[in-house]
Amino acid sequence: MKSVEIAVVGAGPAGLSATLAAAGQGASVALIERDEHLGGQLVKQTHKFFGSARQEAGTRGVVIARRLGQAVREQAGIDLRLATTVLGYYSDKVLYLEEPDRLAKLQAERAIFATGASERMLIFGNNDRPGVYGAGAVQTLMNVHGVMPGRRVLMIGAGNIGLIVSYQLLQAGVQVAAIVEAAPRIGGYLVHAAKVRRAGVPILTGHTVKEAVGEEAVEAAVIWRLDEQWRPVPGTEERVDCDVICLATGLSPLGELMWQAGCRMAYVPELGGHVPWHDDDLRTSHEDIYVAGDASGVEEASAAMVEGRIAGLAAARSLGHDRDVEEKLGEARRELAALRAGPTGEKIRRGLESLRQGGDGR
Amino acid sequence: MRITDHPILDFKPGRLVRFTFEGREIEGYEGEPIAAALHAAGIRVLRRSPRLHRPRGFFCAIGNCSSCLMVVDGVPNVRVCVERLREGMRVERQEGHGELK
Ligand SMILES: Cc1cc2nc3c(=O)[nH]c(=O)nc-3n(C[C@H](O)[C@H](O)[C@H](O)COP(=O)(O)OP(=O)(O)OC[C@H]3O[C@@H](n4cnc5c(N)ncnc54)[C@H](O)[C@@H]3O)c2cc1C
Repeated sequence: MKSVEIAVVGAGPAGLSATLAAAGQGASVALIERDEHLGGQLVKQTHKFFGSARQEAGTRGVVIARRLGQAVREQAGIDLRLATTVLGYYSDKVLYLEEPDRLAKLQAERAIFATGASERMLIFGNNDRPGVYGAGAVQTLMNVHGVMPGRRVLMIGAGNIGLIVSYQLLQAGVQVAAIVEAAPRIGGYLVHAAKVRRAGVPILTGHTVKEAVGEEAVEAAVIWRLDEQWRPVPGTEERVDCDVICLATGLSPLGELMWQAGCRMAYVPELGGHVPWHDDDLRTSHEDIYVAGDASGVEEASAAMVEGRIAGLAAARSLGHDRDVEEKLGEARRELAALRAGPTGEKIRRGLESLRQGGDGR
Repeated sequence: MRITDHPILDFKPGRLVRFTFEGREIEGYEGEPIAAALHAAGIRVLRRSPRLHRPRGFFCAIGNCSSCLMVVDGVPNVRVCVERLREGMRVERQEGHGELK
């Protein structure tokens, strides 16, 4: 069986950054990604990123993905395994891998799980009809594969994702019937909201979707109003003509592998659901396992990249590597704190606080 | 429903190939996910659910959710949102759990 010092699972911004940081310390690293390309969610993000300059704000996600991917390909000593899915982690530090035509094993002294997050479903009538798509799916279809998700889309959720994807739909030549948001106010940044409003898309706050209409696939949607207690108001139903209902109602961390490996998990709504307990080094309750990016709590690509660096550096340090490792860790920690400062980081700070109070996890 | 004109992106599709869906011949680009090729051809119902036989399409498009399982070249439970299209593939709607042959 092949063995490496550090195995990184997932090649999104978190995993790519973790790989570069660990390899930069001189550790032998394997990067395992189930897709055939590097970049994770970034490959479909055509808008200019928010965040600070150090984390490449103002650059499009697709460009960041290309840059990080190229750095990984150019760095010597990285065992890159694309089209390979990690199926399990076992007590003898062995990862089980599904390669295109066979199963394989890989032994790793440390594992960093950077598996990202998955889209959340919403409960409403006929929510399983073809045409009810996650926002990430709509982005993948149009921005990666160049296929229009439909003719006319009803967007559910006015957070940043709902707003940004609505704008991207308009760019691709797809109509957006409306954006429906259950909360009394828009959750995303006002710059994004202003852009879609200028394009004539109504944003209906205090509304939600009641049901999808259509026998075989979505042909329309029925929406209705919510009162102050978020209860639907009968008699306020309205039919909206659309062939896609796009759900931008949040993400949940993908933690299955860490559940299976025995990491202690905690439910923290502010972080998107169940996340592994972890310390400031991103080490979980399992001493050989680290986590980074959305899998540790749903946040942003900017934070995912810094977390990846921290996890990669800390894992390398735990194996005795030291190329100014303390200094680099300190720098990354300060960057992460700066990203989470201010009102937009309030929710994450609260979530991390409650995760820490969940005990030391060991 | 392909995007032909985009202000930011430039799509470089693979070779145009033929494959069949429920015995009917259609075209798609080699290497794109089967689901993308089907969607571009206007096909949204990919399977029927095991108990209530409700129509299902894809949902996440990145291989997480199992909503898009189809029978490809006789093999059931293929996630067509991530399985790449090849010339001559035989793609069929899956009924229920699908059978291993
Ligand atoms: C519409 C939209 C707009 C956004 N805009 C911004 C923005 O402007 N600024 C910003 O900072 N952030 C933004 N984000 C958020 C950002 O994209 C994510 O926070 C970021 O991609 C998370 O990075 P990650 O590396 O944790 O996960 P991901 O990018 O999701 O990568 C995880 C990777 O792990 C792989 N994987 C999962 N399981 C396995 C397994 N078992 N085996 C092998 N591989 C596996 C996946 O295939 C994937 O490639 C946006 C997100 C969306 C959806």
